Amino acid sequence: MVRLTAPFSEGMIRELKVGDMVEISGTVFTGRDAVHKWLYEGNIPPLNLQNGIIYHCGPVVIKQKGSWIVTAAGPTTSIREEPYQAGIIEKFGLRGIIGKGGMGGKTLEACRKFGCVYFHAIGGAAQVLAESIKEVENVFGIELFGSPEAIWQLRVESFPAVVTMDSHGGSLHKEIEEQSVARLKSLVS
Amino acid sequence: MNKTQKKNLEEAFIEVIRKTSTDLPKDVADTIEAAYVTEEKGSRAEYALRIIKDNIGLARLKSQPLCQDTGSILFFCHYPERTTQSELLKLFRGAVVTATKKGYLRQNSVDSLTGKNSGTNIGPGSPVVHFEPWEKNYFDVRLVLKGGGSENVSIQYSLPDGRLGAGRDLVGVRKCILDAVMQAQGKGCGPGILGVAIGGDRASGYLASKEQFLRKLNDRSRNTALAKLEQECLTDANKLGIGPMGFGGNTTLLGVKITALNRLPASYFLSVSYLCWAFRRQGARINYNGEIKRWLY
Repeated sequence: MVRLTAPFSEGMIRELKVGDMVEISGTVFTGRDAVHKWLYEGNIPPLNLQNGIIYHCGPVVIKQKGSWIVTAAGPTTSIREEPYQAGIIEKFGLRGIIGKGGMGGKTLEACRKFGCVYFHAIGGAAQVLAESIKEVENVFGIELFGSPEAIWQLRVESFPAVVTMDSHGGSLHKEIEEQSVARLKSLVS
Repeated sequence: MNKTQKKNLEEAFIEVIRKTSTDLPKDVADTIEAAYVTEEKGSRAEYALRIIKDNIGLARLKSQPLCQDTGSILFFCHYPERTTQSELLKLFRGAVVTATKKGYLRQNSVDSLTGKNSGTNIGPGSPVVHFEPWEKNYFDVRLVLKGGGSENVSIQYSLPDGRLGAGRDLVGVRKCILDAVMQAQGKGCGPGILGVAIGGDRASGYLASKEQFLRKLNDRSRNTALAKLEQECLTDANKLGIGPMGFGGNTTLLGVKITALNRLPASYFLSVSYLCWAFRRQGARINYNGEIKRWLY
């Protein structure tokens, strides 16, 4: 188990390899479809994303006694952000993307070039992942994007994930797919 | 039905939704437990399954949705003949609206033309209710909540399939089923469960494939050829090494359920529905007064 604690740096990201199981502690920013399109179009949010981690997630957040509480926060399918992700990694100097299902070649290349990794969270584990969110530090764009699509700045502790795309061109998705294709061939021949 | 009966029945439907969304049925939880011990200690697969197990416990304890994508809402309802579908449909809709307000369902129904979310889960095509009248004096109401990630990797084949070398027989069917698992990789939030229908038309095939999710995971098809095929496909799929979330490992599928419909001589469809590990399916026997008499899973 690799424990990854903020502040995140290029050096610590470059040390991660495909297949590493990690627990992330520090700040992450949620962002899904609307936010990715908006950032890609050249807009700058009033939040410091430099060296940050973006989490593909539309959380369920409620207000309790004046403060925000995240009640469900599993990952959403990442591949929808493939057209935008590489440009956003470069522009904002992101160090990590958290999501599910993996991403494509453009993102993998941006990870290699700019020092970023893809963390695969456990799809469907909305309650466990919400438990690891300790605090809502800030939020931007509730009116602009709607609550699930807003950028939620969250403090997480021991958020569990697996590195499935690293900053050296490695992709677990590619490895597993190639292996399963080969095994399928032997099963149906 | 009088007012009180209707009110009770709607309450019972809300409870069916709550339990389905938050409490994974025992047959599924047991299968996940059994899969967990087959994974290598310290592996990524074991790690993923441990988090999944924790999530099942936590969702039940907190009565919160297992997954924030509470999915398509698919009801299967047997009802006493003296009731009407139109009065029941109102109650189902009312229950869905309330369950959404209470947070058991996410606001999940979007207008395909304008992109606007109805906010209530009510709209053309939502919820789906399959009605069947019967002579008994009670209701049998079952619900499947099917997440978008898993629906996106469901697939329909038209046999023969030249690419796969799959002909119109059970050997061809097996090839297609394994291809579906291969294509899905971890993207449907595996380990998954397949519901499969051989034959029918494109619509009835998909419906019958989804109805397979109403079967218990540990049952066997009464048709011996299908029972054998189910077991074979499950064993073979788990040799592909895709594993939970596509991380690699021994548990790619938790179950395969297959049925067959008649087909036209010209057609041979194979419909494969994939359901994620968060196999949210529950059902209740409800008496005419709207009281839940027992849970079905």
